[in-house]
Amino acid sequence: MKKPALLQVFALFLVISSLHAFQSDELDEEFGLEGGNLQPQERILDPVVPTRSTPTRGKYSDSDSDSKIQISLEQAFGDSDFFPAATFSARLKTWSHGAQTLTKLRFSRNSFTEVEKQKFQKLLEEDEFYRIRLPSNVLNPTGKDFVISSVRASAIGVRHNGTLYSKTLNASESPINESIHLTSTKLKSQNVKVGDVFHGMAWMSTFVIHTEGVNILAVNYGPPGACPYPRQLRFPAKWSFNSHTVLKNSEQAPRTPIFAEDVPGELGEGETVPPPERSFWAKYWMYLIPLGLIVMNAMTQAMNLPEEQATGQSGAQPAAAIQRGPSPAVRRR
Amino acid sequence: MAMAIRSLLIFLCIQSIAVPTFSLYEDQAGLMDWHQKYIGKVKHAVFQTQKTGRKRVLVSTEENVIASLDLRHGEIFWRHVLGTDDAIDGIDIAMGKYLITLSSEGSILRAWNLPDGQMWWESFLQGPSDSKSFLFVPTSSKADEDNTILVFGKGSLHAVSSIHGDIVWKVDFPDESFEVQEVIQHHDSNIIYVVGFVGSSQFDVYQINAKNGELLKHDSAAFDGGFSGEVSLVSKAKLVVLDAARSTLLTISFQKGEISFQKTYISDLVKGFSGMAMILPSKLTGLFAVKTITATTFISMSSEGQLEVVDKINHATVISDALSFSEDRQAFALVQHGDSDIHLNVKQNHDWSSDLLKERIKLNQQRGFVHRVFMNNYVRTDKSHGFRALIVMEDHSLLLLQQGEIVWSREDGLASVIGVTTSELPVEKEGVSVAKVEQNLFEWLKEHMLKVKGALMLASAEDLAAIKGMGLRSSEKSKMTRDHNGFRKLLIVLTKSGKLFALHTGDGRIVWSLLLNSLRQSEACENPTGINVYPWQVPHHHAMDENPSVLVVGRCKPSSDALGIFSFVDTYTGKELKSFGLDHSIAQVIQLPFTDSTEQHLHLLIDTSGQAHLYPRTPEAVAIFQLEFSNIYWYSVEADNGVIKGHGLKSNCDGEVANNYCFGSREVWSIVFPLETEKIITAITRKSNEVVHTQAKVVADQDVMYKYISKNLLFVATVSPKASGDIGSATPEESHLVVYVVDTVTGRILHRMNHHGSQGPVHAVFSENWIVYHHFSLRAHRYEMTVIEIYDQSRADNKDVWKIVLGKHNLTSPMSSYSRPGVTTKSQSYYFTQSVKAISVTSTAKGITSKHLLIGTIGDQVLAMDKRFFDPRRSLNPTQSEKEEGILPLTDSLPIIPQSYVTHALKVEGLRGIVTVPAKLESATLVFTHGVDLFFTRLAPSRTYDSLTEDFSYALLLITIVALLVAIFVTWVLSEKKDLSDKWR
Repeated sequence: MKKPALLQVFALFLVISSLHAFQSDELDEEFGLEGGNLQPQERILDPVVPTRSTPTRGKYSDSDSDSKIQISLEQAFGDSDFFPAATFSARLKTWSHGAQTLTKLRFSRNSFTEVEKQKFQKLLEEDEFYRIRLPSNVLNPTGKDFVISSVRASAIGVRHNGTLYSKTLNASESPINESIHLTSTKLKSQNVKVGDVFHGMAWMSTFVIHTEGVNILAVNYGPPGACPYPRQLRFPAKWSFNSHTVLKNSEQAPRTPIFAEDVPGELGEGETVPPPERSFWAKYWMYLIPLGLIVMNAMTQAMNLPEEQATGQSGAQPAAAIQRGPSPAVRRR
Repeated sequence: MAMAIRSLLIFLCIQSIAVPTFSLYEDQAGLMDWHQKYIGKVKHAVFQTQKTGRKRVLVSTEENVIASLDLRHGEIFWRHVLGTDDAIDGIDIAMGKYLITLSSEGSILRAWNLPDGQMWWESFLQGPSDSKSFLFVPTSSKADEDNTILVFGKGSLHAVSSIHGDIVWKVDFPDESFEVQEVIQHHDSNIIYVVGFVGSSQFDVYQINAKNGELLKHDSAAFDGGFSGEVSLVSKAKLVVLDAARSTLLTISFQKGEISFQKTYISDLVKGFSGMAMILPSKLTGLFAVKTITATTFISMSSEGQLEVVDKINHATVISDALSFSEDRQAFALVQHGDSDIHLNVKQNHDWSSDLLKERIKLNQQRGFVHRVFMNNYVRTDKSHGFRALIVMEDHSLLLLQQGEIVWSREDGLASVIGVTTSELPVEKEGVSVAKVEQNLFEWLKEHMLKVKGALMLASAEDLAAIKGMGLRSSEKSKMTRDHNGFRKLLIVLTKSGKLFALHTGDGRIVWSLLLNSLRQSEACENPTGINVYPWQVPHHHAMDENPSVLVVGRCKPSSDALGIFSFVDTYTGKELKSFGLDHSIAQVIQLPFTDSTEQHLHLLIDTSGQAHLYPRTPEAVAIFQLEFSNIYWYSVEADNGVIKGHGLKSNCDGEVANNYCFGSREVWSIVFPLETEKIITAITRKSNEVVHTQAKVVADQDVMYKYISKNLLFVATVSPKASGDIGSATPEESHLVVYVVDTVTGRILHRMNHHGSQGPVHAVFSENWIVYHHFSLRAHRYEMTVIEIYDQSRADNKDVWKIVLGKHNLTSPMSSYSRPGVTTKSQSYYFTQSVKAISVTSTAKGITSKHLLIGTIGDQVLAMDKRFFDPRRSLNPTQSEKEEGILPLTDSLPIIPQSYVTHALKVEGLRGIVTVPAKLESATLVFTHGVDLFFTRLAPSRTYDSLTEDFSYALLLITIVALLVAIFVTWVLSEKKDLSDKWR
């Protein structure tokens, strides 16, 4: 009894927060690189009011291991110009060896104005591209290099109601918690569920940001799960966005195995047998089979002959009797 | 489904019994492969005809080949292919027994033994600066005397001993920008004159002691008008050069320590001259040629320096260097173009009016203009002087002319292939005459009798030779009709010269060749280059009465913003159907997977401003295109900026080129690599026409993995900028190689992996759901090959048979690029001992046959390796079930099995590309390798499991069946008889 109550409170909290002008959510990071000390306290589990601290872009020092920066996300409807849509606030982590990485990404989206809502609705109807962009260099944005991602408007979040979705919704007792868990670790396993949870409530989308140090290589914005085609047009119940962000760094390539000298070569070469000489049977089957048939034929003939001779001698009478069977019968008549 | 999986499992088990290799028996070499040797467009030629049993001509080519050719037949005696960055600057013969070559911008001097081509010595020349290079081998009356070779290269003059290649002396000129134009040494004189320019307006003459390199004298004079570079040495002390404006001729005389200039306006000599003139490079005495836009003018100079026009020729003309054929007599060759023939005139230097030789040679096919001519003399049977000429044509072919005939010709354009496609041969027509059959029947019987004898091991050595010969010239394989197995095709090959060749896959002969007029120099297009050749129309429905055609795409200038050229060629007849210039540039050619009602393929051309143009320009094509309008995406890679962009189509384009076939584009996504850490070196994608047989891969324990098969994947490799140079230029710490797999529709990065301490060059191949790439590991000091396999996680749940039966699966759901299926990747690296020039993969008609990687090795051979060696799931001790699946035990390096070289004993010199084409027979794939040489073969990666081998004797089988039938009949009759006699008993 206690549990559902708690759940309700949590759900209510979520609904309230979704009624807010913006919906900010969270973050996760997946760094498998050096260090790799994923600090659990860095994951903030509840929606956070965006920090309005002055951006300290470019003002960082090596002694300062963490500094805060803001990255502005811009959006465009169709072929319109880009205009600010949201901000990412992130921590710039400076490692002991001088490398810098972005961590602890938080996202806060500005609310749509009425005009923008109308534009967006038009965009949906036309199924045009909804485009976003981020500066590629977050420390010193040149204003030239942007990483861009686009998605067909109808493919954003809401419209996913495939079979998978309904299935998970039925099965999930506490879907809300999952939405937070999804932010952790790897994208691959839970991304389908992510989309389902908020279905019908808001726009669901995922940001995947690939970084290399302090540079953003690529951003990918899109629906979190499967996207059926042809896409159906449906409007959201509420004007709020639910998105979650995945920060990705490059993986380390697996090391080439190194063996002791004697093991590998022989194994490799021993396995690759030179093409075997075709066996006698493989070469001459087409002559051997008929030969065999002939032999068998002859054998049965030969078998038959002595048998018949044998029966011819000992069983000549019965055979004759059978042969002549009808005539005595006739005679009997 | 389960059934399919099971059958697949059985199939895999059968396959895994042995790793097939491509080994063939010695007598099978040349049965289904052919190899052709070429040399490329000849740059220099020297003749070696005196005092040798075999007359030969030594040539160097633009493909960096030096070769010795038989002057009688044009065959190659020997040949060496220097590296791609080792361009040859000059060749000459020294001491009558060495061929001297100067290469790499005057820094490497080599001597080769004339008879066999072995290298005798090699010298590396060093100097202060880069400059143009120059080879001068003084002629000497005594052949055995140790002549010194004079080489100008890297800004200094070297004298090199021709016996052992030692540098005798070296002169560094005081002025570093001194550019040597001519080196002059008079007979039996110890003074060498070196003349050249400093900057553009100063003329310098150095006198150097030939024995020790001592600078004897230096004179210089400046001329206000400046020089334009080309120099013609007219006499021993006089030079002719053009001024910077190219409108005035300057005669410079420099003998006796003083330099004097004499100006002559070209307009005074040539009436109606305007614009620019050019001195044709030639080495004639007392004569030089000036080329203007309208004509070539020959001007003679008297000993007093008086210039006089001797002739004016309006056609294209080429002249050879002077050749002294007897005491004090010099001749040169002059080649002019007639309508369809060429005129060869041999004239004496001082006597323009009469010809030593006047010949008219008819060319049997279009070869374009003569580009170069080299002349040689011989003594006729009547002791008079005869001349022969070696000419290099516009299509890069090489012809030897003698006595008004073409003695031999070589199609050396095939040494520089830039595009390959294939075309089917005509379908065999019905109706073969009876006489032909009767004649063939006897032959056929004879052939089969021989084969029977061979099979029964009764054949004598003669018969065996006959059987082999039969196999070699088997009329079947070189027929001009389509065969059932799809082995016979036409290879349509576009060469750098703009000539299109059709090669028969059976024996490699040239079926037709066509020098494309649209790819020749013209007023509209000054320097056209070909880009590629694409199949344009492939008739299936009307295969009997319509001919397929190919599209040749070119551009007017080598720069990418030049206007494009289209040309359509019928592949059966080799005739150009039509050609036209485009009104836009060509940055990318995209073959769309649609055809119109006449079976023409739709092509989308992207120009440099990002607009898309649709071809063919018909309303029908637009209608087809509009259906898929919103689903067409493409990408562009800007390697210099480190940007990859995705593009989508927008409405019709506006501006001055607005028409119905032009579409605007928009940027859909972009990936920006930080220039300070990453530099794009390779980007490859899957072959668009690749066929994948099954999406599922059955792994051990009856489990299934689903391949992530998307045509819209791009493999990109980047290296740190420091490591983008040669191997060894960066330390392992500062070099890293990052590879990406990118979806080209959404820009999603599916996989990203960092190889620390690795660097390029990266050669990669992308097929089905895997990528194999080759790179260098600085840590291990070895080459590595890495495989990435991508699996679809979203379909991984479809393992339950019940789910499939009840339809609760997403196997049939349509794929959308906007959905974000989870993918998993598996990856593994292996050491590979060789460096690689190209990687390709076999492709078959249905994609069932297992794949082999074709690796073009540094030794110019092609190595076939089973894809199973590159399996990322190889483990040290595979379990029994894994073994059944065909997983090999893990090794750290990939074995190179000598038998699996598909080129067996041959070399494809200068290997550049490997093209694989599926045959109709599923087990076979056709492989065409091109470089300076061409090589073609047919492979069966999993053996020919679906057909009988070539040496299978149908006659024997037939005879056996007949014998069997007879036996059955006889025994049946016998048993009937016996039954009857039994009944009567």
